[in-house]
Amino acid sequence: MIRARNWVLGTMLPPAVFFALVVLLWQLATSVWKLPTYLVPTPLEVFEAGQEHFADLLAATRLTGAGALAGFALALVFGTATGLLFAQSRIIERSLYPYAIFLQTVPIVAIAPVIVMWFGHGFSGVVAVSFILSLFPIITNATAGLTTIDANLLELFEVYDAGALAVLWKLRLPNAVGYLVTGAKISCGLSVIGAIVGEISAGFGSQSFGLGYVITAATGKLDTAYAFAAILCSTLLSLAIFTAVTLLGNWILARWHVSGPRRATVKP
Amino acid sequence: MQVSVQSARVTYEGAIAALDGVGLEIAPGELVSVVGPSGCGKSTLLRLIAGLIQPSSGSVSLSGQSPRAARGSGRLAFVFQDATLLPWRSVAANVALPLELQRTPGRNRAELVSRALELVALGEFARRYPDQLSGGMRMRASLARAIVTQPKLMLLDEPFGALDDITRHMLNEELANLWARDRWTGVFVTHNIAEAVFLSKRVLVMSPRPGRIVAEVPIPFDFPRDPALRARAEFAKLTGEVSRHLRGALA
Repeated sequence: MIRARNWVLGTMLPPAVFFALVVLLWQLATSVWKLPTYLVPTPLEVFEAGQEHFADLLAATRLTGAGALAGFALALVFGTATGLLFAQSRIIERSLYPYAIFLQTVPIVAIAPVIVMWFGHGFSGVVAVSFILSLFPIITNATAGLTTIDANLLELFEVYDAGALAVLWKLRLPNAVGYLVTGAKISCGLSVIGAIVGEISAGFGSQSFGLGYVITAATGKLDTAYAFAAILCSTLLSLAIFTAVTLLGNWILARWHVSGPRRATVKP
Repeated sequence: MQVSVQSARVTYEGAIAALDGVGLEIAPGELVSVVGPSGCGKSTLLRLIAGLIQPSSGSVSLSGQSPRAARGSGRLAFVFQDATLLPWRSVAANVALPLELQRTPGRNRAELVSRALELVALGEFARRYPDQLSGGMRMRASLARAIVTQPKLMLLDEPFGALDDITRHMLNEELANLWARDRWTGVFVTHNIAEAVFLSKRVLVMSPRPGRIVAEVPIPFDFPRDPALRARAEFAKLTGEVSRHLRGALA
């Protein structure tokens, strides 16, 4: 109990105090310099906008969250499958890896409109952009996890004449678990960015819309307070998804008795 | 299992020979140590005998068969320098791995695993995970995994190199007892002279670049070997002799 309370005091309190300070300074700055609301709304105005549009923001956050989670889930499945393909042979990896890097290096904002054009305005387009942005970390980490194997363990399996399937099932895949957790932690944050970028391009209709649409629509009408509230929602959504994935990941690592890779494979 | 290596040469791509003209005869049930400075090809010799690498010339046969044919059904076990356990498997599941890979029926598995664990005094730790064990206990688990298939040939690649002296002495005694019990053929690679003399019936001395066997010292002591043996004058004389050959090999 005491330990838990110390933890709360030690890790939660300092950032909370800092947050309160920033909000206070922000409120002061806007009133002292009389900044126009359409440029910088006061924290209070943001809060009021949030209250006023509460139902819309909640629905938009839900829709963006659904798009991000769908993109993330697809990235997990396809990324792992691609890693499995890459792990089969150096030749396959060498021929395909440059195109995987393309996923990482292409500016997502530049190709999002094209992707939305292909996959349709609306949910499927949003999921596609989110998927493409969050795919790369899963591919690299899955590939690393499947191929970075202690040479002695491979020899051990060879001494007992283990087949390729046994090596995959009993050695490579279990070895990849820690790496996949790392990949998922990086990728889940990207999936939210992807969903919002997708929504900015895809728009949706007036009936159902995500946070990306709210942000573009509100800034278009100079309703900056509403835009700020939507940005806050997207941050909270990102944080919630990241926290959930991290907690789940740590639980898996503890059960698996591994600490995950010492160095994460993030960049090409 | 009888081990016969004849004028074997191993070259790694482009480099000079790791082994050259190595000949070796080990009788069934004999425990032989191989000592030599690091980089002399000791590990390469073990991998050659295990069929993990192929000689570029010369031959290896295990009781008249090729290593790959002879090692089936868990007849061959390899113990590495590190415990080389799967971190996501409990000790018992790690020890069961060779049985799984050899498709031993599940009913016999549990029995074989618990007997192997008893033999290395790890019975109580069957459900622990490698990260919950000390280095010495992890190595015991590795030994249990090696003996679980009741192998005819045991290849050990500096298995106690990373352990402290006291743990190393204890594991030397336990390994000698395991050998005295089942009398498998054993090749024990080490760079620790006292360990080589204590454990084996014969010590082979290797020299580097290219790796070859330059001397052979028979060890006359009976099994089971008493820990007090290490303090006897004859023991010191033998370690001195092996050490002299090693210096000669490096000169």
